[in-house]
Amino acid sequence: MTQEPTFQLPPAMSTFAARYDETYYFIYWLSVLLFVGIIGAAAYFVWKYRRRPGVDAEPTGHNAILEASWTIAPIIILAVMFHVGFRGYLDMAIAPGNALEVRVRAWQWGWDFEYPNGAHSNDLKVPVNKPVKLIMSSNDVIHSLFVPAFRIKKDVVPGMYTTVWFEATSTGETDLFCAEYCGKDHSAMMRKVFIVTDDEFQKFLEESSGPPSGMSTEDWGKKIYGEKCKSCHSLDGSKVIGPTFKHVWGEMVTMTNGEIVKVDENYVRESILDPLAKVVAGYPPVMPTFKGTLGDKEIDALIKFIQTVK
Amino acid sequence: MTASNIATSGGHDGHGVDLNANYLKAASGWRSWVFTLDHKRIGMMYLAAVSLAFLAGGVFALLVRLELMSMGRTIMGPEMYNKMFTLHGLIMVFLFIIPAIPGSLANFILPMQLGAKDVAFPKLNLLSFWVYCVGAIFALISIVYGAVDTGWTFYTPYSLTNPQAQTAVISLVLGAFILGFSSILTGLNFIVTIHTLRAPGLTWKRLPLFVWATYATSIIQVLATPVLAITLLLLVFERIFGLGIFDPRLGGDPVLFQHFFWFYSHPAVYIMIVPGMGVISEIIATFSRRAIFGYFAVAMSSLALALLGFLVWAHHMFVAGMSEFATMLFSALTFLVAIPSGVKVFNWTATLYKGSISLAPPMLYALAFLFLFTIGGLTGLFLGTLSVDIHLHDTYFVVAHFHYVMMGGTVMGFFGGVLYWWPKMLGKLYNVKWASISAGLIFVGFNVTFLSQFIMGSRGMPRRYYDYLPQFELLHRVSTVGSWIIGLGVMITVGVLIVSLFKGKAAPPNPWGSAALEWQTESPPIAQNFAETPIITRGPYDYHLATKAELYDGFPTQRGG
Repeated sequence: MTQEPTFQLPPAMSTFAARYDETYYFIYWLSVLLFVGIIGAAAYFVWKYRRRPGVDAEPTGHNAILEASWTIAPIIILAVMFHVGFRGYLDMAIAPGNALEVRVRAWQWGWDFEYPNGAHSNDLKVPVNKPVKLIMSSNDVIHSLFVPAFRIKKDVVPGMYTTVWFEATSTGETDLFCAEYCGKDHSAMMRKVFIVTDDEFQKFLEESSGPPSGMSTEDWGKKIYGEKCKSCHSLDGSKVIGPTFKHVWGEMVTMTNGEIVKVDENYVRESILDPLAKVVAGYPPVMPTFKGTLGDKEIDALIKFIQTVK
Repeated sequence: MTASNIATSGGHDGHGVDLNANYLKAASGWRSWVFTLDHKRIGMMYLAAVSLAFLAGGVFALLVRLELMSMGRTIMGPEMYNKMFTLHGLIMVFLFIIPAIPGSLANFILPMQLGAKDVAFPKLNLLSFWVYCVGAIFALISIVYGAVDTGWTFYTPYSLTNPQAQTAVISLVLGAFILGFSSILTGLNFIVTIHTLRAPGLTWKRLPLFVWATYATSIIQVLATPVLAITLLLLVFERIFGLGIFDPRLGGDPVLFQHFFWFYSHPAVYIMIVPGMGVISEIIATFSRRAIFGYFAVAMSSLALALLGFLVWAHHMFVAGMSEFATMLFSALTFLVAIPSGVKVFNWTATLYKGSISLAPPMLYALAFLFLFTIGGLTGLFLGTLSVDIHLHDTYFVVAHFHYVMMGGTVMGFFGGVLYWWPKMLGKLYNVKWASISAGLIFVGFNVTFLSQFIMGSRGMPRRYYDYLPQFELLHRVSTVGSWIIGLGVMITVGVLIVSLFKGKAAPPNPWGSAALEWQTESPPIAQNFAETPIITRGPYDYHLATKAELYDGFPTQRGG
């Protein structure tokens, strides 16, 4: 649920935000209290003890208890603040294991977001109510990814990976900034975050994926094969973990349950999305599903590629 | 206090200086200034230099604010804007705020507060001033070569790879390197002076709090500044020879630079603020006619800040990708800084209780300091709290926070100190009414400028942005208008002081009726400060022990007690 912006804070659109705002306002009201106390006392003294003819200042005495108490009492308040801040920080530091991983690359002056299926975008698109982990690197100087509505920020440093995670709590859009000064167009690194339903997100992944410009569908299929299939399926007929792709297209293949199946579009598609439905005889049932990782376009491209392996 | 029976060597010092004449007239000709060994003249030269730096830095600040008046381009493009905020930061930090109070006010006042004739190493003192000037020239050269757009922090790898002329970055970094030496020399000089040149009877427990503050500052200057020197040299070598220390393309670590940089620059924050705190202690005591409450705690809190200042550098890097453990440690240590800062604020407030309070212009600045520094300190709690810092880091909230501490703190201390000691330093009175109006304008303008920045920052406006989203435009406008009010206030103060310089009435020795030692001699002081070495029999704030003659109250509009 989106919480509307308050006078001091932007809208609250992540699971961190409610707790963050609580801590922020706790410190705020404590500060207001201390400020009014200190400045109120000072103002009152300045008025009450204003210089008057014939009235001298009273010599300063000692008050050990007063001094000790305003040295020690703050320590307790500060310890509470530290504790609250550190716990909140730990929650933000450790991403849940099931988080959707998005690769972020920053450069002077832009952002690239890459999704698990290889889709890219300039604005960040994420599903609602699902933890998302950003794995970030920079091509040149230090940048910093900042989404005020999520209350997250992390530097993006060349030569290393930094990560940050969040879980959006409502659909909608919000702003994303670069928060570390990076030169001329630092302020032009403003982007949007679109938070959509899971269905819309899947649809987006499928639509925005596709061969990189200038690459044929077949070559793109080969590229995907190299990234996703190569370690288990050979092209030269050798037996690795799974069956080879050589001469496989159009063949009649025997399954572990004795069924004989033709290797066609439907079979390949089913094997990618639900690999254990039909396992080729003589091979272990170990293939993971690529549901959510490979979209329709990628699967089509892979099919196109497999047809060509002779 | 001034009971004196040790005769000092009178007459001349062998360089044509009449030791018992007004220091401004004790010698003449340009050589008598350029080669002077008198801490008072060096202090005045510093005062002129840092004031010019402040005005220059202020002009850049006004230009930055003017550009941010409206979305998109207002008066300049992004490249020029980036140079403007870089120059504002660099000039204010290295040419103004670090040397301002130690170089000008402490140089002039500290030996007098000790009852000394000069600092321990007068030649070193002169050297420190001229080294400062050389550093400033390097900074000017960098402007000639197209200026630098790295921000005052020189973060790598941007400072190594940015397309700006190499010469400008190297020249500026060398300038900061050279300025560091000036800072070290000044600090060293004060430490030795405080240890060895105290007048008879001036025990450590009778030291003015300004001396304690300067002592704490000097320790940081001597210990921390060499780290800056190393860091800046590495940066220059990296840029020229490609060593690969900070540049990731050569296997270096850009975050290492941040550790090095803040290992100096965080202690430097205390180099900037602690002298201001010392000035405020002096002013509050004088205009309340009362010893500072908890004197010992206030003195020790300066030393505590100096020590703790070394242990919190990485709180500038909570989102830089440090380990969680280091982050936790630096957050905890950062909170400790709040304790000595709080002790000072509480003690200043308690000093006002049962005082005899006069609202002369220096006191207005001291109260402004109390108000603004309290806000600066309390907003530091937001930034020390780890989870809260993450959102606020690198936003206008941070910009507002450090301006409340640095400008609301140190600059108020500097202005208050200049107005407090002006009659002593130059022997001239000034227009109290206009000085008060100016203080009021600066105070109001300051809050208009920077309170709006707190709100912008917590709403998510990142800092160092040339352009911004529509939701921030109104607050940016408010902030810009505030900067004009500050500008007007500062110009009035400058006017008041220039008029005083040329047309001001002669100041009596002790116009504010202070019990402190520096007021117990001529205005302006004679070249050797005191005709005879003073023997100290009471503390600087013991108003109940001071004689009526010592408390002569001569600022015409301030009489009445």
